[in-house]
Amino acid sequence: MEKHIQLPITRETARTIKSGESCLLSGVIYTARDAAHKRLCELLAAGKPLPFDVKDATIYYVGPTPAKPGQVIGSAGPTTSYRMDAYSPAMIAAGETGMIGKGKRSAEVVAAMKEHGAVYFAAIGGAGALLSSCIKKAEIVCYEDLGAEAVRRLEVENLPVVCVIDSEGNNLYETGRKAYLDSLG
Amino acid sequence: MREIQASVLTETIARLAVEANCVLPCDVKRRIEDARKNEPWETAQGILDKIIENYGIAEANTVPICQDTGVCCVFLKIGQDVHIDGDVRTAVDEGVRRGYGEGYLRKSVVKDPLRRVNTGDNTPAMLYTELVPGDRVEITVAPKGFGSENMSRLAMLKPSDGVEGVKAFILKTVEEAGPNPCPPVVVGVGIGGTFDKAAYLAKKALMRSTDERNSDPYYADLEAELLEKINALGVGPQGFGGRTTALAVNIEWMPTHIAGLPVAVNINCHVTRHKTAVL
Repeated sequence: MEKHIQLPITRETARTIKSGESCLLSGVIYTARDAAHKRLCELLAAGKPLPFDVKDATIYYVGPTPAKPGQVIGSAGPTTSYRMDAYSPAMIAAGETGMIGKGKRSAEVVAAMKEHGAVYFAAIGGAGALLSSCIKKAEIVCYEDLGAEAVRRLEVENLPVVCVIDSEGNNLYETGRKAYLDSLG
Repeated sequence: MREIQASVLTETIARLAVEANCVLPCDVKRRIEDARKNEPWETAQGILDKIIENYGIAEANTVPICQDTGVCCVFLKIGQDVHIDGDVRTAVDEGVRRGYGEGYLRKSVVKDPLRRVNTGDNTPAMLYTELVPGDRVEITVAPKGFGSENMSRLAMLKPSDGVEGVKAFILKTVEEAGPNPCPPVVVGVGIGGTFDKAAYLAKKALMRSTDERNSDPYYADLEAELLEKINALGVGPQGFGGRTTALAVNIEWMPTHIAGLPVAVNINCHVTRHKTAVL
């Protein structure tokens, strides 16, 4: 069963999404990956406003391929999240409630998620062609000079993700693997 | 001596770059579809179904299977009786520039690893050349994503570590990578040579079809044993648990020094891409 989630995700909603739940996200998300996170966190450190409202924002770690004529966006699957670990605690403290990527997160990120109320989703890595069909609108917000790494505002409909780490720190990468191995007896 | 115009290299590489990024090789598709049939874990079945659906969409619409269209690895096997008219390096990079531009592929290369400014056209290619007998040129274009590249490892083991040490290192590398390299993965292994040759062999191993086992039965058995052990780890597709952690283990080996046992593990994701043409 998939859980429909209308974005933005408030702190309260974030605390109701549980590890292992399959979710379909609809609404506005922002894209940012390595280079954009570096710039965003430099702004936060300097006490300056971000180019978009980070309160209750969900950030998708993605660098899409260029759109072909007639396409909203090119292939747009998740990139590996741990490279954003250095930046995520500051982003969460500033208001971010959702992160979409793939792969493991650091203890510091999980601690920030528990403290503030945030949730970490995974989209299927390597399924960029499929995931792009859920993106209905895309526009560049800032950092156009970064190309694929520019910050984009996306409107998504039923974007399929799985909650991997919830705001209590439960982690599907640990529990899923254990459940499978236990099933073998 | 046979003459080949460098511009033919350019055109071929441009075409192969687009095809490799949009059409998954048949052997990899077969591996994924077989894995789906043999996968007992429901979550994992669902993920494999989505992966199959995804490469179907990519192929039907000529769009990239994955948004990480990689650094463009280009392997040239150049017959020693061929003369290439024009600058090979320039011709290869021009092929990458055209393929990545005209194919709407992502430009993922920075000019300098520390100062990090995007080159804007995905050049330069990672170029590997090998001299072979004959008058043909074999070109393999292999876009390599970095989610999996970042999970690759190399160890300079001791001869006393032996085959058990090699197996333990490979298993540890795949287990620690966990969900990060987009499992199910293809594991390229290079054993022997020097520090750099082991890494090269591991990359070269990823160019071999997943249908093809090592021609030496000893290494073919080692590949089969490692695949079974990796698929007993339970990592599963995307790391959510399940049987299908790897689709294949390909090992390449070569002679080495009496004091050494280099082993390199180059991990590739389920979007293991390569396309070859012969001129």
